[in-house]
Amino acid sequence: MTVTSGPPAAEGFRLSQLIYDTRYRSTTIQVVALFAFMLGVGWLISNAAQNLAALGKDFNFSFLWNTAGYDVNQRLLEYSSQSTHGRAAVLGILNTLVLAVVGCATATVLGVLAGVARLSKNWIVAKLMSVYVEAFRNVPLLIWIIIVVAVVNESLPAPRDFRDVETGAIVLTNRGAYFPEPLFSRGLGDVDLGLFKVSLDFLAVVALLVGGFYASGRIGRAADAKQAATGVRPNVLWFRLSAVLLPLIAFLVATGFHLGYPELKGFNFAGGTYVRDSFLGLWIALSLYTGAFIAESVRAGILAVSKGQTEAAFALGIRPSQTMNLVILPQALRVIVPPLISQYLNLTKNTSLAIAVGYMDATGTLGGITLNQTGREMETLLLLMGFYLVISLTISFVMNLYNERIKLRER
Amino acid sequence: MSETHAETAFARKAPVAFVADGQIPASPPPSTAVGPVKWVKDNLFPGPVNTILTLASLAFVALLAYEILPWLIDSSWAPADMSLRGCRAEASGACFAVINERFYQFIFGFYPPEHYWRPTLAFIVVVVSLWPVLFPSAPRKLLILSALSPFICYWLIWGGSIWGPVAVLAAPAVGWLIAAKGGGAITKIVGEDFGPLATIVAAVAGVAIWLLFFLGPVTGALISIAPLALEEVASNRLGGFMLSLIIGLVGIVGSLPLGIALALGRQSKLLIVKAISVGFIETMRGVPLITLLFVASTLLNYFMPPGSNFDLILRVCIMVTLFASAYMAEVIRGGIAALPKGQYEAADAMGLTYWQSMRFIILPQALKISIPNIVSSFIGLFKDTTLVIVIGLLDPLGLSSAIRADQAWNGIVWELYGFIALFFFIFCYGMSRYSQYLERKLRTDHR
Repeated sequence: MTVTSGPPAAEGFRLSQLIYDTRYRSTTIQVVALFAFMLGVGWLISNAAQNLAALGKDFNFSFLWNTAGYDVNQRLLEYSSQSTHGRAAVLGILNTLVLAVVGCATATVLGVLAGVARLSKNWIVAKLMSVYVEAFRNVPLLIWIIIVVAVVNESLPAPRDFRDVETGAIVLTNRGAYFPEPLFSRGLGDVDLGLFKVSLDFLAVVALLVGGFYASGRIGRAADAKQAATGVRPNVLWFRLSAVLLPLIAFLVATGFHLGYPELKGFNFAGGTYVRDSFLGLWIALSLYTGAFIAESVRAGILAVSKGQTEAAFALGIRPSQTMNLVILPQALRVIVPPLISQYLNLTKNTSLAIAVGYMDATGTLGGITLNQTGREMETLLLLMGFYLVISLTISFVMNLYNERIKLRER
Repeated sequence: MSETHAETAFARKAPVAFVADGQIPASPPPSTAVGPVKWVKDNLFPGPVNTILTLASLAFVALLAYEILPWLIDSSWAPADMSLRGCRAEASGACFAVINERFYQFIFGFYPPEHYWRPTLAFIVVVVSLWPVLFPSAPRKLLILSALSPFICYWLIWGGSIWGPVAVLAAPAVGWLIAAKGGGAITKIVGEDFGPLATIVAAVAGVAIWLLFFLGPVTGALISIAPLALEEVASNRLGGFMLSLIIGLVGIVGSLPLGIALALGRQSKLLIVKAISVGFIETMRGVPLITLLFVASTLLNYFMPPGSNFDLILRVCIMVTLFASAYMAEVIRGGIAALPKGQYEAADAMGLTYWQSMRFIILPQALKISIPNIVSSFIGLFKDTTLVIVIGLLDPLGLSSAIRADQAWNGIVWELYGFIALFFFIFCYGMSRYSQYLERKLRTDHR
């Protein structure tokens, strides 16, 4: 150690300041991190390029326009085995989205019911819900999916058992369920959008519904304004209802709307909307599984609001219904909604387990058969991961917006 | 009150008929206000809605019991003819003979039966080395075993020469040797300013050089001197619950430190470090594990140097660890974000550096409050190990399809899935119970 005294001489910039001077250290670390990161990525890419070259493969997406040659068993759009890989992928993506949307809806209902019931004073109901939640949270989803699909396949009757039996609107068989389908005897026909056809009737119904709800909202706001100005609220319920329903009913009557029931023809049912057994099983299993997690979030959210809040509201003379709406729910929702949305995200990602039971979702088409047929692992997996990533980022973007809005401000 | 009466009565010595000379014993409460009757009334039938709910629940339980109990009771464990037909001939209910016959396969997969002692021993090593980590009352010296256990278990399960794991284990020793003994010399060469940094760089470089260039030759030399080896077992023979446990444990052990590092990176003020962490975390969390397993099985080899070939289980372990570490990072970030600002400011006021404040102030508290979430992400990870079936590894579910394809057991459903579900339930429920124990134990707030 050198023994020096006095302040260090005012020198120019020394190299060691890059590490020991807090003014420069963070820049140094970041530059080093960036270089290391670039080096790592470069190394991976160069490896991949060498390996691909050694196998004589290139990197392009033209395979999406080649004939797929396989069938997609549950489809929302026109498709035949002569269609392209790209179209199969789009069908798979639509199948994933349908499963995710209906799954989220039922899981929310189940989860809220189970979460409230678990807090019930009724002992047996609370215990049953505990058993449900623990059983589903502690056993892998894949096992539940396989078990539920097995239940559907083993316990429901085969289509041939319905011979000479009067079937109702909904038929449940071990090959899937048949629901009534909407039919229009004087329909408007389809419009060809190039890639796929859209039923004009469907578009018209959607447009009427949107317009109806918009008009109903306008009537409601006009009533609000009148109430604010005069103190008397006009009764507009019937106006609002008819704004939504009348045009719709008129349209349905004009186009000759009726339901098409499934009928047994030969060995299987024809007519009606067909939902495969694998879809039914996945739907039930995903809803039950995610519902168990949502139940826990709901329970935690309700317990998080302290009893003092209710008592304070009562002390202020607020009525019970308003207490719930204005005091308890806003506080409970702050706790419930973020985990709820991340459960939606999990459910959406878990739909990829469909590949284990043969439901053709995005993973089954793009990451399954297309990957195996074309041998383009890099491209298909990039597309697949990109698709899931877009969904996830969209959902988490919405969640961040929500979190930002309800955040408690600290200093 | 009654005392005064009693005293006066005592003073007079003559009992007065209408004055009580003692406390009247409490009469028993009416039978409807106490005991099981009251409990049933309060908890099962407090009102019309609840009565309906109770009755519906009871009916549901009765229906389940009616369906399942006879099936469970009238089961056959060891029929004369070990097949589904044999079971059906003997009993109408469950056919647990399949579990009886394939029990070892469920646990070990297609591991050679004469070597079953090796994974068993490895499991015991894991349990013993987890003990000091999980329960602070255990002897501290066992932690050395905990540090060594990954290598011991690898050697026991995969076999091969003992010198491979030992040579890998020597890598940290090499680094330590360079740092401890060579530090002075290095400082002399590069000067005071860069001494410590250069020592760290040299140690890391030493480890890398050891792993890249010396590992092979040294292992080869040691093998030729003393061939201490177990018979090698190929990866494709591993399966069953053993495989689930291997992947789950590797993921759990690997994801915690990686997750902490990523969480710190995400909370960092350094823009580039933060961007890299956020990018990694969001990508991993945004895609399903299945796609990452596809990457492991088909794509990962493309990104490795040409000619190298990784074992499939190792590749799966890497991807599962990366996946889990992203979730772990978010959990720990939640814990860090939940700490009040005052903790950071207090650490700064004490003059602690970034690493000191993280090490002594922030992380201990953040990890403590995130324990429930850390354990639930462990549970999630362990459950996710079942997904390896989609890339053809023989986890319990994969084995069950193999068993169902067997002529003797064709048509068996519930027994297999029930058994696997029970196994996972026991492990996961145990983990969540342990987390509740830990939560209670570590709670330092006012009670």
